Amino acid sequence: MADADTHLETDVLVVGAGGAGMYAAIAAARGGARVLLLDKSLVGRGGATIMAQMTVAVAMGEQAPDHWTRHHADTLTAGRGLCDEVLAALLCREGPDRIREMDEWGVGWTREDGHLKQVMAPGHDRPRCVFVDFLNTGPAVAKTLRGKVAKTDGITRVSNLSVTSLVTHDGRVAGAVALDLAKGNPVTIAAGAVVLAAGGLTRLYRRNSASVNMGGESYALALDAGASLIDMEFVQFFPIGHLAPRLVGMDPIMWDPFRYKLGGRLLNGNMEEFIHHYGATDSGAYTAPRDVTSYAIVREVAAGRGSPHGGAYLSFEHIGEAALRDAFGPVIDRLARNGIDLAQGPVEVAPIAHYHMGGIRVDERMASDVPGLYAAGEAVGGANGANRLSGNAITEALVFGEVAGRNAARDRIAPVWDAAWAEKAVSDITRLSMPIDTASGPAFGILFSELQNLLWDKVGLSRDEQRLTAALSRIRNMRSVDLPALHPRDSGPFAMGVQEWFDLRAALATAEAITVSALNRTESRGAHQREDMPATDPAQAHNQRIRRAGDDELVLDTIPVRRATIDTVSRGAAE
Amino acid sequence: MTDTVAVTIQRGAAGETPRDDIFTVPYREGMSLLDALIWIRAHADPTLAFRYSCINANSCKECVVSVEGRTEYACTTRLTGGAVSVRPIGNKRLLRDLATDTVPPKEKFAAQD
Ligand SMILES: Cc1cc2nc3c(=O)[nH]c(=O)nc-3n(C[C@H](O)[C@H](O)[C@H](O)COP(=O)(O)OP(=O)(O)OC[C@H]3O[C@@H](n4cnc5c(N)ncnc54)[C@H](O)[C@@H]3O)c2cc1C
Ligand code: FES
Repeated sequence: MADADTHLETDVLVVGAGGAGMYAAIAAARGGARVLLLDKSLVGRGGATIMAQMTVAVAMGEQAPDHWTRHHADTLTAGRGLCDEVLAALLCREGPDRIREMDEWGVGWTREDGHLKQVMAPGHDRPRCVFVDFLNTGPAVAKTLRGKVAKTDGITRVSNLSVTSLVTHDGRVAGAVALDLAKGNPVTIAAGAVVLAAGGLTRLYRRNSASVNMGGESYALALDAGASLIDMEFVQFFPIGHLAPRLVGMDPIMWDPFRYKLGGRLLNGNMEEFIHHYGATDSGAYTAPRDVTSYAIVREVAAGRGSPHGGAYLSFEHIGEAALRDAFGPVIDRLARNGIDLAQGPVEVAPIAHYHMGGIRVDERMASDVPGLYAAGEAVGGANGANRLSGNAITEALVFGEVAGRNAARDRIAPVWDAAWAEKAVSDITRLSMPIDTASGPAFGILFSELQNLLWDKVGLSRDEQRLTAALSRIRNMRSVDLPALHPRDSGPFAMGVQEWFDLRAALATAEAITVSALNRTESRGAHQREDMPATDPAQAHNQRIRRAGDDELVLDTIPVRRATIDTVSRGAAE
Repeated sequence: MTDTVAVTIQRGAAGETPRDDIFTVPYREGMSLLDALIWIRAHADPTLAFRYSCINANSCKECVVSVEGRTEYACTTRLTGGAVSVRPIGNKRLLRDLATDTVPPKEKFAAQD
């Protein structure tokens, strides 16, 4: 039998150390649990949280009078009827507490005239979004949480430990198997409860704002453990991702804060404004919802009115050099190092895969369908429905992280373990770590970029039955033929090939879930746009749930959207 | 302007005698050294080890290497065509090729025991 060299034991295992995972670890430790916080990359550095440069939506009421129920109403409107209203309420109601707590921990939210500065963002009815200047929100959030995690007793952090499987026994989660990247060895971990906070999936698309660690592992791990996912068809495309000229060393979605502060003009290849042809307004003020803007750019390009690299122009030329520098200080120099002078010419932008609305199905305690398994952050589905409101994702990560960690600590059992439960997962790592001589067989890089192209072209911004069916058959073929034939070429310390094999396995499982869900939703709604079914069908105002049946097959059904009156939600808060 | 870049990389694991490999990488306007390393792993040598995570954002700070003797981030080092030479940074324990043990001590596995 394949034994792991190293076995660890903990009360609460947190998989993934972004905003959600770090908050979950802090909350679980506050609940008296011993916590093991793992990240395949570096704690607090590997995922989306540290890359987010913009804003966090919360009804603080500091800039203008506000109430969380207003934020909730805007969230539901953006979600096109599909938000899990209870989860959305949790996000909006508890957001302010998390923001104040982070403030006490020294995150440094930007202030003005003695109050938190809150800015307007698309889809919000008033200035609601806090941030850290200049374009430093995510790095500040990540740094603050890293510091707090380090100071919290009871949390053990391990970087470069990548979870490849969750281990279940008698229907309950019992722990996990992980790959120690530095050595290439399997590690087993017994846990009394597990919080899955391994982030989103946007790396699966050719054009994305992702780090290498956003390949859908949360969803694949959850599916394999027996949990259900919902809303997998709703991938959010950020409309104005940077396209050209090549920008190195900056977040590709950093044009959004420029638009919040300065407006800017979005123009087609003929230098004309165009959003108003698609039912929204945008002239100078940045108010058009993300899905409408993405769709409008793609349509303009398809109609032959794109910019040279296949997107739209974004122009700040009318703003003037002084105002630009005033608003963005050092960022202007970073742009100059990339050869970009906004006072002199436009940049090109285009939609880019940015966030996933769908994910693991949880209740208001962040408990999945599998006892002992909790989820948090972008890994969770439901709160944002068919389209996410700008700024809601970091709030979601912090709020859901806290809730998941607190409940995992409360409901944990004493860890129990039998090496036999993990045998298959351990032997996968051992087998892949054996060096082989032959240089034949498929290569990871080629297969992964094929998958990214496939999803971009056929399961992306605009979809139809024919392309979705073709994509599904190729994805299934890659799962049954290419993945088994893929063998890492490297071995030993920092053998990235072993990790890549697991990356591809997770990517294919997640890609299949997206595609099946997209095929089955025969309408257009929010981020899911079917060219062959352009209308929104009121009869499909339900969530789609997807689970594994047996070893391999996915089963899909529909469930009613969870509704909440503000009354029931507030009562729930009292617990 | 050249349309390829010659990237010389110091290879080998800790304890092995280091060797230099030279890769010819297609040049794209504005490309970074990290773009070149990713290209090499995908198309030329799937055993090349190096660290990175955020690719474009310069936020993870994982991709430090020594470029022509200077410590730099691979993702913000622009290639201009011609040639470039890369080694692992010298002040951290070598794992393999360009990957060094940059994990903070308190986040190491050994901290478990
Ligand atoms: C470039 C960019 C900008 C953004 N800007 C904003 C913004 O301004 N406002 C906003 O609200 N939202 C923004 N978002 C979205 C938001 O940042 C994310 O939704 C949120 O940070 C997710 O937090 P998380 O903790 O769930 O995941 P992440 O922060 O992605 O953390 C997940 C962690 O899990 C680790 N991991 C993955 N797989 C494994 C595994 N198998 N084993 C162990 N560890 C694993 C990863 O390495 C990573 O560190 C942005 C996203 C991106 C990509
Ligand atoms: S890859 Fe993240 S800083 Fe270079």
